[in-house]
Amino acid sequence: MKGNEALAEAALRAGCRFFFGYPITPQTELAAYMSKRMPKVGGTYLQAESEVAAINMVYGAAAAGARVMTSSSSPGISLKGEGISYMAGADLPGVIINVQRGGPGLGGIQPSQADYWQATRALGHGDFHVVVYAPSTVQEMADYAYGAFDVADKYRTPVMILADGMLGQMMEPVELPDPLDPADLPEKPWATSGHGHARAHNVVNSLYLTADALERLNVERYERYARIERDEQRAETFMTDDADIVAVAFGASARVARSAVVAAREQGIKAGLVRPITLWPFPVDAIEATVPSAKAYLSVEMSMGQMVDDVRLAVAGRRPVDFYGRTGGVIPTPAEVLGKLATMNEDLAKGGE
Amino acid sequence: MAEKELKTVFERPHALLPVVTNYCPGCTHGIVNRLVAECLDELDVEGRSVGVAPVGCSVMAYDFFGCDMIEAAHGRAPAVATAVKRVHPEGVVFAYQGDGDLASIGMAETIHAATRGEHITVIFINNAIYGMTGGQMAPTSLPNQVTQTSPYGRDVSAAGYPIRVCELLSSLDGVAYLERVTVDCPKNVRKAKKAIKKAFQNQVDGVGYSLVEVVSTCPTNWGMTPQEAFVWMRENMLPYYPLGVYKDVVAEGYANAAEAAAARAAACPMANPAPATEGGAR
Repeated sequence: MKGNEALAEAALRAGCRFFFGYPITPQTELAAYMSKRMPKVGGTYLQAESEVAAINMVYGAAAAGARVMTSSSSPGISLKGEGISYMAGADLPGVIINVQRGGPGLGGIQPSQADYWQATRALGHGDFHVVVYAPSTVQEMADYAYGAFDVADKYRTPVMILADGMLGQMMEPVELPDPLDPADLPEKPWATSGHGHARAHNVVNSLYLTADALERLNVERYERYARIERDEQRAETFMTDDADIVAVAFGASARVARSAVVAAREQGIKAGLVRPITLWPFPVDAIEATVPSAKAYLSVEMSMGQMVDDVRLAVAGRRPVDFYGRTGGVIPTPAEVLGKLATMNEDLAKGGE
Repeated sequence: MAEKELKTVFERPHALLPVVTNYCPGCTHGIVNRLVAECLDELDVEGRSVGVAPVGCSVMAYDFFGCDMIEAAHGRAPAVATAVKRVHPEGVVFAYQGDGDLASIGMAETIHAATRGEHITVIFINNAIYGMTGGQMAPTSLPNQVTQTSPYGRDVSAAGYPIRVCELLSSLDGVAYLERVTVDCPKNVRKAKKAIKKAFQNQVDGVGYSLVEVVSTCPTNWGMTPQEAFVWMRENMLPYYPLGVYKDVVAEGYANAAEAAAARAAACPMANPAPATEGGAR
């Protein structure tokens, strides 16, 4: 199954019956899959007039209490920033897929990870975060798209799947999660679905003209974020127990970095890999566990170096943190990363004994 | 003296909450809010209604209406309303928007919700100015109208011409009903009420997208008394924005917008495939 199709099928199985999108490469297969399947399962596929309209439809469907998703690629995600900020401000759950391509501007249509900062720092105006998952296999595309709806509902927050054109287009075998019936999902007592004269009217809103009230809401939201940071960090570690050099890489570049780590070990270089699966919350606990034994870190990315900021923040100056990346749609090769690991290993040997 | 039976002849509509609004004295929003609430009461749909408030002077309408309410981003109310209606097709969904919201920043959302034939009701307040932000030029500001951002009057050679929303939307097949009304006197208030009620009734009956434009005033930002504002509106706005029905598929003899659209495209075989013959088409 293609990665993009796995995202779509998993969302359907999670009980998502509303999809609003706008055509953009390289997420095309996802929308096409939804347009084919949604009518067959009694759902809504709607091709909106723009990304802006699509994310505001997500806002509306979420307010109405439904599991809802949109997908796009980098330039389209920039347009969705408005709606994502409003969703965060109104505490609305929803799932947003970004199948990243190279930027900035119109950029290109080849795979990229250059929206890391956007996803983890600035998806819109105001004080807020969204939970960001970075799958690195088609199986994980399915698993995390499926789980994203539960996390979104649990914390009443938008959740992003940060994929890239390589994972979206790639075909791998996948075991799909069991389908949920949307009718079996828990009620959302805050939803605007018509009060039926049975309760006070519900209001979905992000406007607070009293500074104190707005500050209090932000503080409360950050208390929820603290729980997410505590409970929802996800990462995979590979050969880090005795690693001198710990590579840190997510998504497609983690596949490359892993191959480089295996090759490095064959050459006697003690390399390991921490693969963040959640980019926000960043898996600081997984990084922290490696600090006592690691001598240096290498962030491997398909960008000019963005996640490296979070690695540095987690390592907090205790170890040197280096970066290797390619950007603009160029995918780093295992040989390039191995070369970087070898150079770092030589430097460690020189500086050490 | 024999006791007379007391009869309620006037009361607050149930769908309007007993709260003080933030509207300026003399503003027509209050009248239109009330008309909408009266219609929700009379059609007995408050319990299944969801209103979408805009960014603008009626931004806090979510605190005034008794039905469930959503505050939308600037201009996006039709997109939000679209999704709510898709999630709850049995619900009654309305967007309440001003001219900057509906005809400027949200024009794409407006046109596409209309052409999709979304089964929603849109109440459009056109007072030719941005009220909440302090009186800037709106997409419906008249030629030569002085505003904060057209201090020498709207120069159409630089700022272009006002948009006539009902006329613009009347070409779209998804639209069932468009009427332009005003609320400057009791007679026109009654007409406006009739139009708003029809726009909601159409939704209940599944007729199609309905929009009522209310030509309104803004005494505060026009710098006039409420009465002067109505005079200015009658003299200047009504000739530019004539009152009346701009589309009504039911009055044209169709059951709904879809039927009217099919008739209009009758010559297009792609849009009107022949019905399957008995025994199944080959």
